[in-house]
Amino acid sequence: MMKNEGKKRIWSDYQKEIADDHFFYVRSCIRQSFFPGSEQFFLNLMRKVLGKDVYEDPAHTTCTGIGYHSDIVPAATIMTVVARHFALMKEAGYKNLAVSCVTSFGLYTEILETWKHFPAELEKTREYLFKATGREFDIPENVAHTSDIVYSFRDQIAAKAKIKLVNSITGEPLKIVEHIGCHYSKMFPKSGIGGAEFPHVLSGMIDAWGGEVIDYPERRHCCGFGFRQYLVQANRGYSLSNTVKKFNSMKPYKPDMILANCPGCTMFMDKWQYTAKELEGITFGEKGESIPVLTYEELAGLVLGMNPWDLGLQYHMVQSEPLLRKLGVEINASDKYKTKDGKQMPVPQNLINV
Amino acid sequence: MNKFGYSVAQPRVIDYESNDRSLSEYLNALEPSFRRCIECGGCSATCTAAAYTSFSLRELHVLIRRGESRKIQSALKKCMLCGKCTLVCPRGVNTRNVITLARNFKVSLNNAV
Amino acid sequence: MNTDVVVIGGGAAGMEAAGRIAQAGYSVSVLEKKSETGGNLVNWYQLFPDRKDSREVLGYLNNVVRNEKLKMLTSTSVKSVDRQKGVYRIKTSSGEIIDTEAIVVATGFDLFKSERKEEYGYGIYENVYSSADLEKMFRAAEVKLKNGTLPQKIGMVHCVGSRDEKSGNIYCSKLCCVTAVKQAIELREMLPASKVFCFYMDMRMGGAHYEELYLEAQEKHSVNFIRGKVSEVGEAHNGKLIVKVEDTLAGRPLRMELDMLVLMAGMEMSGGGKEISELLDLDTGDNRFFKSTDNHFGSNMSNSEGVFYAGTCIAPMSIPETISHARAAAVDVIQYLKSAK
Repeated sequence: MMKNEGKKRIWSDYQKEIADDHFFYVRSCIRQSFFPGSEQFFLNLMRKVLGKDVYEDPAHTTCTGIGYHSDIVPAATIMTVVARHFALMKEAGYKNLAVSCVTSFGLYTEILETWKHFPAELEKTREYLFKATGREFDIPENVAHTSDIVYSFRDQIAAKAKIKLVNSITGEPLKIVEHIGCHYSKMFPKSGIGGAEFPHVLSGMIDAWGGEVIDYPERRHCCGFGFRQYLVQANRGYSLSNTVKKFNSMKPYKPDMILANCPGCTMFMDKWQYTAKELEGITFGEKGESIPVLTYEELAGLVLGMNPWDLGLQYHMVQSEPLLRKLGVEINASDKYKTKDGKQMPVPQNLINV
Repeated sequence: MNKFGYSVAQPRVIDYESNDRSLSEYLNALEPSFRRCIECGGCSATCTAAAYTSFSLRELHVLIRRGESRKIQSALKKCMLCGKCTLVCPRGVNTRNVITLARNFKVSLNNAV
Repeated sequence: MNTDVVVIGGGAAGMEAAGRIAQAGYSVSVLEKKSETGGNLVNWYQLFPDRKDSREVLGYLNNVVRNEKLKMLTSTSVKSVDRQKGVYRIKTSSGEIIDTEAIVVATGFDLFKSERKEEYGYGIYENVYSSADLEKMFRAAEVKLKNGTLPQKIGMVHCVGSRDEKSGNIYCSKLCCVTAVKQAIELREMLPASKVFCFYMDMRMGGAHYEELYLEAQEKHSVNFIRGKVSEVGEAHNGKLIVKVEDTLAGRPLRMELDMLVLMAGMEMSGGGKEISELLDLDTGDNRFFKSTDNHFGSNMSNSEGVFYAGTCIAPMSIPETISHARAAAVDVIQYLKSAK
């Protein structure tokens, strides 16, 4: 049995400062395709629910993290691209960076740390950026991943909650696996809430919203994505096998859902369940079902009573209906694939958990 | 059938819980000096078989201890029973007897099957 | 109050040094901030390599300090120190002022706090214990799991807080290996049905009779030794602890379920020692222990005149080493006092 006092002591050692307002928001490359409601709901949550100022700059680009981690983009290039984002932020008059992607967040953290230890690299980057674009930049005063920000407002969200993370049939708290992206805090434990061994960023949300966090032996294992490992088709079994290892480890705990904070993890933990089922006929949820994988924005949205189809849950590979039934969320199946004007869209095939 | 061009691999972890360590227990009982090994590799360094094959008595000792029996069976055949390993062992392990017993154990296993 | 020597710390080193100085006819006051003497020794049950009961050593030390020239001031710590004309004026926590010619620093060590190695889950997972916790269980003659049952499989993790940059300690505490071997034997004797596994990086059996104890653990007690640093501890669905380690001699990762895990906590500069180093402006090394003036022939000497070191305040030491080092400190102090007169 785990003792929470021990974890609380660790959490108190890893509390970072998170800005309260006025954020410069940088999106992820892939989340808008795979979890299209997440980033939109983050903006709605911040602006409409919490009344915060969040600025988005259309000139913001990829951080090139996928290329960097696949050995295609050199370090000097990514530093310059990141410097350009800082320049956009400076030009817009913002000092607090809100990062949607864990890979980007890890890179921002790593680059800022690099500049701290190697000031010559910072000066070189200033020069490259100025020569290439004529722009200048400041180091952000505050860098937070958007899961940090949602964590910091978790009690306010709980106060406005329409539902709790409780099985409405049994009255028991939902059993939730939390999965933290490796680059969130494994490189720099101090940059993550709760550190790297017992991160609190997602488990804090689950606690605050009424669920029960599952600790399973492979909790700290990477989702298996890697970067270059996935890009070559023949290597994908390596990536998949790591995911299967994680799922085999969590299966006995019968999780109702998985909560993740990294775009890659969310995507692979979602889509590899389909692959594992297709390839090996294996599933990891109860009754032959698969386990829905949600982003923290999606979960916050459900807690606040949002329509699941407005949050984009239908665009996951693993469908959330079993979870929604447990939560007692009323859903209208006929609205699932309608545009906002009510037009019927094509219905995807081979979805699981339908 | 492999429709995606890749598949799920088996982990290479030594799963201590599911492994069968009966050979290790057998050697512990019949040749107690087997327990004294400190994995120095003196035996393998001087081994006649190791000069031309991947045979390593040191590695074999670890594998037997952990119950990784699959690799052990074929490896045992390579030993020439010259006894140099026994001569050099700093802990006085009767390595020659370890090999002989392990080979016999293998036989009895096969007979049982 | 005037005294020839003040000894700061009433553990094994302080007691031995003070006793020897008093035996030579000098007046000594020992300041011990705890209510009892004996330091870390009181938390130990049996001592390696011969399994002597720590109480026998404490009995010896209590005898050494029984001297009319020696004042033992327990529950007393140093508040401030000034030096004027070769005399140190010490104010104690009880308000006493002591003038002394020489000081022996014998502030000992603190055991590494195992919860700092977060990945081992000390204080989080039930049945993860420190080596000191296990000594307490030995003393109580009761080694049990939290649910009251007897452990069947027990793991000992070497180098917890030692040889570990992540803990800020790159040095070897050098006694945890032999402690693990000793405790593994004690466990096997107390729980004959149990299996015991030591996870080590290197077996550092440098002291007299240590290697023999290691051999005895293997041969007589069937203790298993697995070379590899445990990197993660978790809890399995069946409630058992799961350790992840590489079996470096097999060259493959190893997964094992255990009922109980014991963390071999290393030795660190004591908190009390840190305070004294600031009050007396004493040099400390990269390992944070006090720094002697010379590693070969001046290990009892400090950078301040009239201040000497005894025992583990300069580096990890065993009990026999501590006692010898404290005796050597006494020799240096006596010589210093003689030459001053």
